[in-house]
Amino acid sequence: MITLEAVYWIMGLMATGVAVVNVRDPTNPKRYNNTMFWGLYAATFLTGSYLPNFASGCIVVAMVLVGSVGKLGQGSRESQTVEQREASAVRWGNRLFIPALAIPAVTLAGTFWLKGATLHGTPLVDQKQITSISLGIATLVALVAGVVMLRPPLLAPLHETRRLWDSVGWATVLPQMLAALGALFAAAGVGKVVAGMAERWIPLSSPLVAVVTYTVGMALFTMIMGNAFAAFPVMTAGIGLPLIMTRFGGNVAVMAAIGMLSGFCGTLMTPMAANYNIVPTALLELPDEYAVIKRQLPTALLLLAVNTIIMYVFVYRH
Amino acid sequence: MAKCGEARNVMGGCCTNGDLRHGSNFASRQPARHIVRVLTLIGILIVVAGFAARMNPLLVVTVAGLATGLASGLGPVAVISAFGKAFTESRYVAIVWLVLPVIGLLERAGLKERARTVIAGIPAATTGRVLMIYFTVRQITAALGLTSLGGQAQMVRPLVAPMAEGAAENRFGALPIETRRRIRAHSAAVDNIAVFFGEDIFIAVGSILLIKGFLEQNGIHVEPAQLAIWAVPTAIAAWIIHIVRLIILDRSLARELTSKEKDA
Repeated sequence: MITLEAVYWIMGLMATGVAVVNVRDPTNPKRYNNTMFWGLYAATFLTGSYLPNFASGCIVVAMVLVGSVGKLGQGSRESQTVEQREASAVRWGNRLFIPALAIPAVTLAGTFWLKGATLHGTPLVDQKQITSISLGIATLVALVAGVVMLRPPLLAPLHETRRLWDSVGWATVLPQMLAALGALFAAAGVGKVVAGMAERWIPLSSPLVAVVTYTVGMALFTMIMGNAFAAFPVMTAGIGLPLIMTRFGGNVAVMAAIGMLSGFCGTLMTPMAANYNIVPTALLELPDEYAVIKRQLPTALLLLAVNTIIMYVFVYRH
Repeated sequence: MAKCGEARNVMGGCCTNGDLRHGSNFASRQPARHIVRVLTLIGILIVVAGFAARMNPLLVVTVAGLATGLASGLGPVAVISAFGKAFTESRYVAIVWLVLPVIGLLERAGLKERARTVIAGIPAATTGRVLMIYFTVRQITAALGLTSLGGQAQMVRPLVAPMAEGAAENRFGALPIETRRRIRAHSAAVDNIAVFFGEDIFIAVGSILLIKGFLEQNGIHVEPAQLAIWAVPTAIAAWIIHIVRLIILDRSLARELTSKEKDA
């Protein structure tokens, strides 16, 4: 059976390769830091499932120190000049899109085909991880297609990975660090303390105030936790169910559905949702880390207002 | 009131309705416990202050996590172990980076340049229109459960952003770097907003299942379809709001870039 472990091995090998390319590149002023950072990251994939949690934790802390205090650099060698790339674009034309579009296409096909697929009676892939494994397979298929078509030098894919990954830098691991922070927040009961304070300080005496507190609270709490899924149980147990549903007789389906969507408005406004808001700024080479959040802010605030109105109009209607 | 009590038990019985009415007495009754509870918020303070001061987010988040763990009474070894465990368990979010070798390879062969050329061949294309089409397709496919047909690394960096930039270049010539960055940020925003407010219409998406599971724990049964249907009004509102903003973007690009041309 193919599990996520196989995908993690590929990730580990890729990060190892990037570490090795970096150590051999004198144009990168911080090449040893980069090598250490990607090497430690590779270790989390190759050994993470076998090491004790404390050892993994030490690797993670070391990686954070290298990436933030030590700083990462970037090699200055471009593999191809603009003219070379333009000539190549003319030569290959629209065929260049084939491997790129193969990624979503194969991922999608995988999620359908691999569901229930068996080999000698056992499932072919871990049924709980179909989407992630399909994505892993799709990237390999697309890479093979790209290599067969373009016939680049043997190590070109690795050098290109290094170029892109170094431009993303420490932001690569931020989503995972935020997941770790969320776990510690949950263990410490941060959500309960915040909901408790909201209950004590806000006079929830009318149906309208209850709705506004719930939708705005979902957005704010999602901004703190970086994730609407973490905010939903706390806000709904604290305000939604006891007040909107029980005291004021609101419709629970309307409340829950629009409450979650109000949380999504918060996701658009917070650096804590790093994989949506911070990682793209690195991927698109934007110097302002908040550039994407700033573009999302007007839509998010308007939608939060719309959500509040929709909920107030429909939740108490019978 | 039975359901209300159950709901509070799920949260670990943090306070009862009595506390709600006589909240001010709570702290004075149990001062020690109250201080410990407020101390656990130190992580939030560190995050807010750190992000506001624009310190390295990776460092801010790590320090906030360590502080929260220590404030809640865990020892240093336990806190670092908790970090290691959560980091290891969330490795699946990193799988998307596996697209880098093929995207890098295609960029080396001129993928971005080709994306721009394709857009240059369509005279009606503008930045706003390119993004409107992507927004609409992304939202509809997400509503059908096809959330993997997109993404920042797979679609926005190699295809959507170069096309959006190319459309503006096509009309106004070479773009100032600030304008390029603004268009790229808009491209990333379109991908996020379209998928967030599309996916909830699909009944098997994670958030719908989470809502259903949570309500069931509280003794309330809802069908996923009842929840999904209430995602439709917000989805329509999101589409209207963002399409209008993209029309405004087109106008402001036209205004800025043509007036600059006259100045020059």
